This record gives sequence, C-alpha cells and structure tokens, in this order.
Amino acid sequence: MIEFCGIQLAHRIVNGSGTFDAIAARRAFGDEVLERFPFAAFVSKTVTVAARGGNPPPRLWEAPAGLINSIGLPNRGLDGYLAHDLPQLAELPVPLVVNVMGFTREEVAALVGAFAGRPEVAALELNVSCPNVETGLIMGADPTETARLLERVRPLTPKPLIVKLTPNTSDVGAVAAAAQSAGADAVSLVNTLRGMAMHPRGDGTPWLGGRTGGVSGPAIRAVAVAQVAEVAERVSVPIVGMGGVQSGRHARDLLQAGATLVGVGTESFRDPLAGARIVDELASPAPRGNREIAANHA
Amino acid sequence: MTERRALAPFGRRRLEIVAAGAVGAYRLLAAADPDGPAPRPGQFYMLAAAERWGAGHDERPWLPRAFSFLRARRRPELVLEFLLEAIGPGTARLAELLPGDGLHVLGPLGIGFSPPGEGQRAVLCGGGIGVVPLAGWEDELERPTTLLGFRDAEHAPAASLFADPRVATDDGSAGHHGLVTELLARDIDPETVVYACGPPPMLEAVRALCGEREVPAQLALETGMACGYGACFGCAVATRNGYVRLCLEGPVMDARRLEVVR
Repeated sequence: MIEFCGIQLAHRIVNGSGTFDAIAARRAFGDEVLERFPFAAFVSKTVTVAARGGNPPPRLWEAPAGLINSIGLPNRGLDGYLAHDLPQLAELPVPLVVNVMGFTREEVAALVGAFAGRPEVAALELNVSCPNVETGLIMGADPTETARLLERVRPLTPKPLIVKLTPNTSDVGAVAAAAQSAGADAVSLVNTLRGMAMHPRGDGTPWLGGRTGGVSGPAIRAVAVAQVAEVAERVSVPIVGMGGVQSGRHARDLLQAGATLVGVGTESFRDPLAGARIVDELASPAPRGNREIAANHA
Repeated sequence: MTERRALAPFGRRRLEIVAAGAVGAYRLLAAADPDGPAPRPGQFYMLAAAERWGAGHDERPWLPRAFSFLRARRRPELVLEFLLEAIGPGTARLAELLPGDGLHVLGPLGIGFSPPGEGQRAVLCGGGIGVVPLAGWEDELERPTTLLGFRDAEHAPAASLFADPRVATDDGSAGHHGLVTELLARDIDPETVVYACGPPPMLEAVRALCGEREVPAQLALETGMACGYGACFGCAVATRNGYVRLCLEGPVMDARRLEVVR
C-alpha cells in the first residue's frame, strides 16, 4: 500500500481530473468498470458553485502528439453534484478526490465547506487555473493569490487539500512553495498548457469555440518532468505528477523527478484501461542499459 | 431487437484485420472480433491502427477515430466491417491496413437506432460515408426504402453494399442527378419513419423536411471525439435542452431534440 496524505492507496496511479468520467464509463462498459477500476483513487471532474454547460463546440483539436481541448468545465454545479454525482461516485472501490474551482475565494470556500463534512470524500483538489474575477489574476499563476486562497479555505476542513498547479506561470516552484506555506497538503501538476489552433479554412479565426484551450498528451511530457522536478526542490509535501504519461516508464520518470503519485490523463482517451496497463508496467520495469541510452539518439 | 446499446468490454482490444479492399473511392476493412459483443446498428467503435498510429503527417494521428460499423457478421465468430475514405492522417493510416495487421478497437459505443413503430414504414437516407450505419440496419428491417446520395460515380459503388437502394449523385454521373434529400421529399408520408446519416447540411435538410411534414426521424450524427465513452466532453452537440455528449446520448438522436444540425 502507498500512503498519500494519510490515505491508503493500492498503487501510485490516479487519473487526472476531467480525463475519466466514472459515471459515464459505467453507462458504456457496465459494472466491469468497478471490477477492474484502473486508478488507486478517483479524481472527479471540476465542480463549480453554479452549473455550467461548457464551451461552444468545436472543443477538440488533435495537435502533434497530443490534444488541445477547450471544454469549459461543464458540470451540474454544487447542488447537482451532491444530489446526482456524489452518490454514484461513492460506489467506486477507491477513495474519492473532489476537484473544485471558484471564480472568487468565497466561491472556493463555499465548495470546500460543502464537502468538508462528507465522509464519501477523501480529499479535495483545488483547481486554481481560472481567473479570480475580483482581481483578474489567475489564482494559481501568482504565489500571493495562491497563498490567500489557501489561507481562506485551510481552516474549513481537516481533509487533505491538493493544489492543482498551472504550468501557465513564470515560476511554478514559487507558487508551489506558497501553497505549502499556506497549508496545502499536496500539489498536483501539470495542468494543461495554454494552446491555440487556427481554423483549417485559413481565414485567421481560431478553431476552438473557446478560442484557446489546454494542450495535453505526450507533446507536454518533457515540460511535466521538468516542472515536477522543479517543484520537488521547493516543497516537502507529496506531489501528484502528470503530463503525457503513456507507459510505466513515463510514470517512473515522474516518480524519479519527485512525484509520489502519477496521474494518467489524455492516454485514457485512447484506452480507458491505460491506467491499469501503466500500473502493471510500473510493477515490472524493463531494464535500462547502455543500449536503451544509445537508442534515444540512434 | 429493441435494445439500442450493447455494452462494450472495458478497455480497448486488439483485433486482426481479416479482409481489406476497395469499394469505389472507399476502403472496406473487416476485423475478427472473437471476444466482442454483437453491436446494435447505429453504434460505433473507436479505431486506431495497432502499429504506427502516430508520427504520420503533422506527427499525427494520435487519438483514435470514431467509426460506425457497416455490418457485424457471425462466421461463426464475430467479424466487424468498417468503411472509410482516406481524407486525413487517421483515415490514411487505417486505409493502409492489410489482412494480418492489428486494429485497436473500443466498443461498441453509443446508442443505436430504434425500430419503427407498429405500421410505420422505414425510409433509410444516407449521404457519402454516412451510408455506413444504415447497412446493418437495412438488414434488420422489413422491406425498407433505401435512398443513398454520393458525390459522384467514383463513390457510388458503395451502394452495392445495400440490398435495393436508389442512388443520387451530386454530378449526375450515377442515378438521380441531384440531392438524396430530393428523393426523400418524394418518398415520405405520415406512415414513414426516417433513419438518416450523412454530412451536416444533408442531415439539416432531413431534419427540416421531416419537421415540416411531421415525420419522425432518427439522425446518426458525427462530431470530433477524443474518447468515445464520455470522458473527454469533446463531442458536445447542442440540443434544445443544452449540450449533450454525442458519444453517450447519441450518435443516433431523435431529430426533434435538435433545433438545427451543424
């Protein structure tokens, strides 16, 4: 067993928030999802106070070795999540981490407060990749904003608080250090990198309905390894590392860079059981010898 | 035959291509699926070549691609047939596959067609590659009317995959010179139920026509999808009640749920 913020986990692989919908998966695959659940903990899609329909399509653009998405955080809102999603997610065979996002500190506080007393919820993940509408600043892009947020919500719950860091900042290490100082129990990174695709018809308009989106997949893996290593030098709390992980070897790279857990995200779009395969590969690492080293540039 | 969703095994599986060949401008692939469930007409699969999926044109494809199946045959093991046209990095790679090659599939996914009601007459209306989901459905229906539209005579040979179709081509090089929806307009009445799949302008014409004549219609829609099982939220389609994920609520949708097909 792995210990993470006091939670016992069967292995080190979890999902990235918003990359696996356990409720939808049961509609497509039935109860086999529960019997062969690929993740050691389930991180649910971002919940906001008010319900959101999401961004206008198109929402996807296949990038070289990856994906740009502009989904816009569709969700039922806090009341809908508590009434509809939470009872179903509580049936999963693994601990539940609820990812929340607010457009003001008070909204985040309301969300954290609402889950604080729910025994179904093992931990909370704070999505700080959105602008604070009061300041216009992306909360997680600025160490001071991040610290203020943690100071506001830390007293509201004894549950572990994981801060999902954005890579769209000049100094992710400083933001991570600020989060830890203000009471975060863990950090997770990387969220998607901001990206944009122009319309293929060539008239200079953006392709995505939301104009810009987030880049994920193997295209950002090297960035993730570097940022996890950088954050690991600045904090002592555990790190959930993610970004373009497709194999046990990629997961091992992030663990060696300083992560305690590894998130699988976009790879689950290619295969919903990718997480389980990565767990197996991590348990039986392939040897790395001189031949593998030479193979990189051979 | 009323079940509209066969559950998919959890996880993608590797199948072997057992036949591959040309049908006019299209490519037909057949893959043995010994462990897969029989799909329902209108359902779809996410497909990717098991080898060399990636690092093609523009370093793509990377995501699997959504395809309706053409037919699922018992011989006696299940064989899935797909039809595609090589127009992008994903379809170009799939079109290269030969017998013995590996095909990754996830599925069957989504919800298929509902059967006609008592006394209703089925009219199938397909356009281009959108004829595909109608083939397996035609097999299950009693004497349906099948109307198929293609760009030109190069694509029209796909009509040979159907029992008794009437064909239209945009350029008049085969069958009726004009749009398949012109044939449809002549063929529907209050006892008809329409099943349609094709490019968005065609489906919008079907939706508008059937709405005007108060004829029920089921439309098999298409949109870009990353996952096919509700994880990515990328396949949002606007309905009268807001966005839905096409992979879960569709791809077959009652036309009355849509204000417009885009």
